[in-house]
Amino acid sequence: MATLKSKFIGITSPNPFWLASAPPTDKAYNVYRAFEAGWGGVVWKTLGEAPEPINVSSRYSAHKSQSGEVIGINNIELISDRSLEVNLAEIRQTKIDWPDRAVIVSLMVPCEEASWKAMLNKVAATGCDGIELNFGCPHGMPERGMGAAVGQVPEYVEMITAWCKKHTKLPVIVKLTPNITNIVTSAMAAKKGGADAVSLINTINSITQIDLDSMAGAPNVGGQFTSGGYCGSAVKPIALNMVGQISRNNETGSLPISGIGGISTWRDAAEFISLGAGNVQVCTAAMLHGFKIITELTDGLARWMDSKGYQTIEDFKGAAVPQLTDWKHLDLNYQVIAEINQDSCIECGRCYAACEDTAHQAIKVEKLENGQRHFSVINNECVGCNLCQITCPVPDCITMVKQPTSKPKQSWDQHPKNPFRSNK
Amino acid sequence: MSDSKKDPDMSSHRLPNDEYLKNFSDIKPPLSQYEAHIEANRCLYCEDAPCISACPTGINIPSFIQKIADKNTDGAATTILDSNILGGSCARVCPTEILCEGVCVRNKSPEFSPVKIGRLQRFALDTYQPDQHPYQRSPATGRTIAVVGAGPAGLACAHKLSRLGHNVTIFDKQAKAGGLNEYGIAQYKMVDNFAQKEVDFIMALGGIQLKTQQALGEQLQLDSLRNEFDAVFLGVGLSNSKALGLEQTDIHGLESSLDFISELRQSDDLSQITIGNKIVVIGAGNTAIDIACQSKRLGAEQVTLVYRRGESHMPATSKELEFAKQNSVKIITWARPSSLKVINNQLVAIQFEKTALDTSNNLIGTESFFELPADTVYKAIGQSFLFNCFAGSEPPELINGRIDINEQFQTSLNNVWAGGDCVVLGEDLTVQAVEHGKQAADSIHHHLIWSKGNGDA
Ligand SMILES: Cc1cc2nc3c(=O)[nH]c(=O)nc-3n(C[C@H](O)[C@H](O)[C@H](O)COP(=O)(O)OP(=O)(O)OC[C@H]3O[C@@H](n4cnc5c(N)ncnc54)[C@H](O)[C@@H]3O)c2cc1C
Ligand SMILES: Cc1cc2nc3c(=O)[nH]c(=O)nc-3n(C[C@H](O)[C@H](O)[C@H](O)COP(=O)(O)O)c2cc1C
Ligand code: SF4
Ligand code: SF4
Ligand code: SF4
Repeated sequence: MATLKSKFIGITSPNPFWLASAPPTDKAYNVYRAFEAGWGGVVWKTLGEAPEPINVSSRYSAHKSQSGEVIGINNIELISDRSLEVNLAEIRQTKIDWPDRAVIVSLMVPCEEASWKAMLNKVAATGCDGIELNFGCPHGMPERGMGAAVGQVPEYVEMITAWCKKHTKLPVIVKLTPNITNIVTSAMAAKKGGADAVSLINTINSITQIDLDSMAGAPNVGGQFTSGGYCGSAVKPIALNMVGQISRNNETGSLPISGIGGISTWRDAAEFISLGAGNVQVCTAAMLHGFKIITELTDGLARWMDSKGYQTIEDFKGAAVPQLTDWKHLDLNYQVIAEINQDSCIECGRCYAACEDTAHQAIKVEKLENGQRHFSVINNECVGCNLCQITCPVPDCITMVKQPTSKPKQSWDQHPKNPFRSNK
Repeated sequence: MSDSKKDPDMSSHRLPNDEYLKNFSDIKPPLSQYEAHIEANRCLYCEDAPCISACPTGINIPSFIQKIADKNTDGAATTILDSNILGGSCARVCPTEILCEGVCVRNKSPEFSPVKIGRLQRFALDTYQPDQHPYQRSPATGRTIAVVGAGPAGLACAHKLSRLGHNVTIFDKQAKAGGLNEYGIAQYKMVDNFAQKEVDFIMALGGIQLKTQQALGEQLQLDSLRNEFDAVFLGVGLSNSKALGLEQTDIHGLESSLDFISELRQSDDLSQITIGNKIVVIGAGNTAIDIACQSKRLGAEQVTLVYRRGESHMPATSKELEFAKQNSVKIITWARPSSLKVINNQLVAIQFEKTALDTSNNLIGTESFFELPADTVYKAIGQSFLFNCFAGSEPPELINGRIDINEQFQTSLNNVWAGGDCVVLGEDLTVQAVEHGKQAADSIHHHLIWSKGNGDA
C-alpha cells in the first residue's frame, strides 16, 4: 500500500495536503477541526503587525457555470483581522496539541528589515515548523506597499527573503503572486534570496460579475466594488502552468514547490505533483465542501498510486516535467485524426456544428435509410485539433488516433522553412 | 360479489370531498424555476436537432431550451409561440414520449433519459406574462374568412389569418371555444381552466370574431358561408362516437365516452357526477385510458379495460398504459364484446368472446365466451366524422370517411380548406391539429393574395 507520508523541506506531515493560508486556517478552532478530519498541515492565515486590518462586507463572489456549479470564487479579504497576540498563542498551543502535523505561519509586514526581524522572533517562539512569506495578496495590502506590491518586484522578493533567512532558522517558503508576466523571474528572485521553497499560486486579479440591475460588481460593498483575488477550480490551469514553468527551468528546477491553485480532487493534486510540486495546498475546495473533503483527496491519491505502483510521493514527483517543452521542439510530423465510435455516438451533431462552422469541415453527416444520422470524419480534412472531441458529450466517443508516418521526427527548430533553424 | 342480478350501483358522492380535488388536480405539476434551469442545462443544443423534426409544429426546441438556461424565459416563450400558438395546451397534452422527447438524443446510452421538453415548454409559457399580445396584425387586407370549429385547428388557423391582416369569424356549435381542449382532455391534464385562458390569449390579437352555438348543417350552411366569405376553413373534428354494433334503444348504462368526458370537464362539482361501480371500457386508445382513469378517480370500485388485441397493438402510448395501471385499471386483452345483458332497460353485464390471430394475422373469434358484470360500459373505440354538417350544401369530397385535402389543405371545393381531426392527414393529436390550422392559414393567405393576381400583400 502506498504511503502518503510527506517530507517537504524537512517538514513532515502524514499526507501532502496542507490547508492554504486563508479563512480555514484563521483560528485554532478551524485548524483543530481540520486536523481531526485528517489534513496533513496548515499554513496559518497571514499575520501582520498591529494594528490588525479591518475587513469589508461583503467579501466573496462566485463565477458559476451555466448550470449553477461554482467554477471559481473571488475575495477581497485582507490578512488576519484577529490580534497578533491571540494568533501567536493559538499557534503555540496547536503545535503542542498536534505535534505530527505541519504548522506553517504566513507573514506579511512592511518592507523594512526591522519589522521582519521583530515578527520572525515572535513567530519562532511559537514552535511552528516554518514560515511562508505572503508576497501575493492582490487587494488592500498592495495599497499599503505589501503583498503583491512586493511580489511584483523581483528585487524586493529577493531582499525580503534574504532578511528572513538571516533572522530565522525556520525554513522559508516564498508564496508567489500570479499577477506578473513571468513567474520564473519571481521564482529566481526567491531562490537568490535563499528561499527554501516557493509556493504558488496566490489569487489572480479578477472581477467575477456585474449585477446588470445595480451596475455594481461583486462582492458589492455599499454599491461599489473592487477587483478581487480569483481562486478555485478555474485557476488550476494557470497555476499548473506556472508550477511547470518553474520546474522545467534549469535555474529554478531544483527549488522545492508547494503547489496551490484550484486543487479540488486527488487528480488535481497528482497533476501538481507530477509537474514538480512536493506537496499541495488547498483553500477553495475546503471552503466549498468543508474539511471532510480530505478523505476523498487522500483515498483517491493513495489508490491511484497503488494502481501505478508508486509507493511514495517522490516516486512520481516531476514525472511530467521532461515532456514539457517549448513549442519549437514539438514534432511537426506527428499526426492524429479524430475517430468516431459509431456504437456510442448519440447523433447529437455537436461535433459537426463545431467542425463545420469553426474548424476544418472535416465531419460528414449522412442520413441512413433507417432514419439514423451517421457522423464520420473526413480523414483528409481533419487536422487533429481535438475540437470535436471536446464538444462531444459522450465520454470516449471520439478518440484522436495516431496516424502512421514514414517521416522522422522534425521540429520547427529543425524545419527547412525556419530561417533560424539550429541544424542548418 | 359479482352478482349481476343485483341492482346497478349508480351514485354520486363516492368519495370524501377533498379526494375529488386531489384526484383531479394537475398530474404533472409545473417545474419550478430551479428545476427548469437544471433540466434546460441537460439539453445538448443539437445540430439539426431531431426533436425539432419530431414536433409536428416544428418548434425550435434547442433554441427555446437554451433561452430558459440563459434565464430568458420570455424569449423562450415567444420562440415556442412563433411555431405553435397553442403551445401551452400542447405542453400539457402532447404524447411527448412518441414526439419530441421520443427522439431526444439523451434517450440513448449512456443516459436513457430524454430532456423533459414538454415540461420545459409548459414552464416557459406558464411563466410568460406579456403586457400585450406578442404579435401584431399586418395591415388589413379586406378579406374575410369563416373558420368552422373552434378547436385547436380552427384557433390556430384563425390566429394566423388574423396576423396576416384578414378578418376572421369563427363559428362553433358548442357554447365555448376550445374544441376537445375544453370538452375532451382529462381535467388533470388541463387544470385551472387553462383551455379558456389560452383561447382568451389567442383572441387578444384582435381581428377574430367568435360565434358560438352555430352548428354547420343546422344554423349555418356551407354554401352560404362560401358565398359570404372569401374562404372557409373547416376544423370540425370528429363528433361521432363509433358504434359497437350491440346498441339497442333505451338502455341505461351503454354510454358514449365523449359525452361522459365532456360532462366531467364541464362540471363544477365532481362529487355530483353519477358514476357506476362496475365499469367496463371498450377500446385501448387514449380516450379509453382517459375514461378508465377518470372513472377510477371518481371512486368507481372496478374499472376494466377490454381490448380486442394484445398490449403491443394498443393505440395508447406505453406511458398512458402505465398510467392506467398506476390507477388500478384492470386490463383484459384479446376479447371483443358479443352481447349485453340488460334487465329492465338497465345494463347489468357484458359478454365477451375471446379473440386470436389466424395464420394470416386476421383477428378471429375463438367461440370461447366470458362475462363481466357491468353497470356501465363506455365505448371508446374511436370517433368518426359526422357528415350531416354538409346537409343542404354541396359537400366536399371525402376519403376514408374524412374530408379529403391536397397538400395545400384545400378540399375539392374551390374556396374551402380543412384541417385537424376531420381530415385524413396525420395523427389525431392536438399538436397535429395546430400544425394543420397554421399551414392551412398560409395556404389560404397565399391563395387569396397571390393566386388572384392581386399582389397587394
Ligand atoms: C377523450 C380524448 C382525449 C384526448 N387526449 C389527447 C391528448 O392527451 N393529447 C393529444 O394530443 N390529443 C388528444 N386527443 C386528440 C385531440 O383532442 C384532437 O386531435 C384535437 O382536439 C383535434 O383538434 P380539431 O381542432 O381538429 O378538433 P376538435 O378539438 O374536435 O374541435 C372541433 C371543433 O369543431 C366544433 N364542431 C364540430 N362540428 C361542428 C359543426 N357541425 N358546426 C360547428 N362547429 C362544429 C366542435 O364543437 C369543436 O369545438 C384526445 C381526444 C379525445 C377524444
Ligand atoms: C477568502 C480568502 C482569503 C485568503 N487569504 C489569504 C491570506 O491571508 N494569505 C495568503 O497567503 N493567501 C490567502 N488566500 C489565497 C489562498 O491561500 C490560495 O493561495 C488561493 O485561494 C488559491 O488556492 P485555491 O484555489 O485552492 O483556493 C486567500 C484566499 C481566499 C479565498
Ligand atoms: S458529438 Fe459525439 S455523440 Fe454527437 S454526433 Fe458527434 S460523435 Fe456523435
Ligand atoms: S408541441 Fe408537443 S411535440 Fe412539440 S415540442 Fe411541444 S410538447 Fe413536444
Ligand atoms: S434532441 Fe434532446 S438534447 Fe438534442 S436539442 Fe433536442 S432536446 Fe436538446
